[in-house]
Amino acid sequence: MFTGFMVNAWQAGTIVAVVAGVVGFFVVLRGSAFPAHAIPNGAFAGAAGANLIGLNPLLGLGVFSALAALAIGRLGKRGRPDVATALALVLMLALGAAFLSQSTQYEPEIYSLLFGEILGVSSAQILPTLFLGLASVLAIAVLYRRLLLTSLLPDVAASKGVDPFRVDVMFLLVVALATTMTVPVVGALLIFSLMIGPPAAARTLTSRPGTALWLSVLFSLLTIWISIAASYQSNWPVGFYVGTISAVWYLSARTYVRAKLFLVLQRRII
Amino acid sequence: MHVLLEPGFFSNAPVRTALLLGAVVAAVSAVVGVITVVRSQSFAGHALTDVATAGGSGAYYLGVGALWGFLGGSLAGAGAMELIGVQRVRRRDLATGIVLGAATGISALFLYLDTTVKATTGATQQILFGSIFSVSNSTVPYVAAFSGLVIMLMTIMRRPLLLTSLSSEIASSQGVRVRLVGVLFMLCLAVSVGLSSIAIGSILSTALLIGPAATALRVARSIAAATLLAIGLGIISAWIGILLAYDSFYWDPSSQGLPVSFFIVAICFVFYLFSSLVLARRRSHTTRRPVVTDFAFSAEGH
Repeated sequence: MFTGFMVNAWQAGTIVAVVAGVVGFFVVLRGSAFPAHAIPNGAFAGAAGANLIGLNPLLGLGVFSALAALAIGRLGKRGRPDVATALALVLMLALGAAFLSQSTQYEPEIYSLLFGEILGVSSAQILPTLFLGLASVLAIAVLYRRLLLTSLLPDVAASKGVDPFRVDVMFLLVVALATTMTVPVVGALLIFSLMIGPPAAARTLTSRPGTALWLSVLFSLLTIWISIAASYQSNWPVGFYVGTISAVWYLSARTYVRAKLFLVLQRRII
Repeated sequence: MHVLLEPGFFSNAPVRTALLLGAVVAAVSAVVGVITVVRSQSFAGHALTDVATAGGSGAYYLGVGALWGFLGGSLAGAGAMELIGVQRVRRRDLATGIVLGAATGISALFLYLDTTVKATTGATQQILFGSIFSVSNSTVPYVAAFSGLVIMLMTIMRRPLLLTSLSSEIASSQGVRVRLVGVLFMLCLAVSVGLSSIAIGSILSTALLIGPAATALRVARSIAAATLLAIGLGIISAWIGILLAYDSFYWDPSSQGLPVSFFIVAICFVFYLFSSLVLARRRSHTTRRPVVTDFAFSAEGH
């Protein structure tokens, strides 16, 4: 389980989990779940397009996820943000369907772009993944204060002259960057689960941003590690474990907080 | 005439089914979509297509009718979102996201089992992208019947729905049961999305739910007008899209033609962009309140 191709899986999974934990924390904090779902799906279309004309899929992923981020920001400035996201998403997906119809793509490859193929990561993929992952985390570190301010204290942010629209577009571009590196590893659909479940659980458990950020990374790491191990043992797809374990984190965190609240209230009454 | 209509368009049975199905689904999506956009529930509307897909892939594996898989998946998803807290605006996106994440995990498993255990190819693409040309005739009556039910329910709760969507305070002061209305709306949304996901695929389901409705809401002056306009826009987009997709098989004899979803989405998007132009022109002439606030004022007057 810790030799041969599995080494790549553990390395890639760990990088992806750290990035998803960090970026996902702000996705949850800012209520950007829908864009976080739309951008990886748009990136999927890019990979399909790049495959069609024989380019490196990573290039297609990068270009299309950045395009999706910009389109969501641009359309959302004038109309309703959720409508803008939905329209950008279906536009990208429709392009992806058009690209796929023109190519003679073998079906398992589509499946792996959507649901990931972490056990099939090659050692050549590790270095680019690490590089893009570091870039995303670095970008978040640079934006950290502005992101926190605009999400938690919009009035203070405005008084300090921080433009919330610009911060939002920059954040969506970071999501796009994170997506570019993670889609080939965990797939377009599952990076989303990883960016929502563990951070949401962390946010439920504590309201202190710093602690929540570390918890989010920890939960996300545990999710990937358990998923890789379980997938290796059972032969079932990694995506199944990532998707369900992510949701389980959130539900357990909520149950825990509720139970604690219930006990405190009971003690008060007695 | 041949430039526009390639031979055999109307005499082709799958095309006729597609035109009929496209119109029915576009109409029900428009009716539900207008309220979805007003309530800012686009994310839930889209997420339910993926949840329905999980149900569909599960049904495929178990050998149950696909329609029931899609409907069951979508209803279960809506129920889970409601339980986690879709009605609270702040938590809404999160609840939708959690359900969506879990559902994609489950569809990853079922699609894997479909392709490996049952050794069928084409399942992934068929279930994920769907095709209006390949819907079997036997599902059409079911789709029509459920669509009729949804439109009926939406018409009956027209007023309380609008009130709760615009201001839950005003609604509850008028004796409307806000939570119940929310649950019933999620039910309508789930059924409509489940139907459209199986009939036209998940991409088009979201496109026809949000596109025409958002366009209509920007131009129309009342919710009723917006609904009618959205129905019209939806049906026109669906029909032109089907026509172009059919024609595209003849554009280049070597290619396989382009998918319907590509054309319908493109047309919906063009309509949306066009509505921005109309809006910008109108703004330069008069200053007018958007439709939603108009209604809020008339509701208070009532």
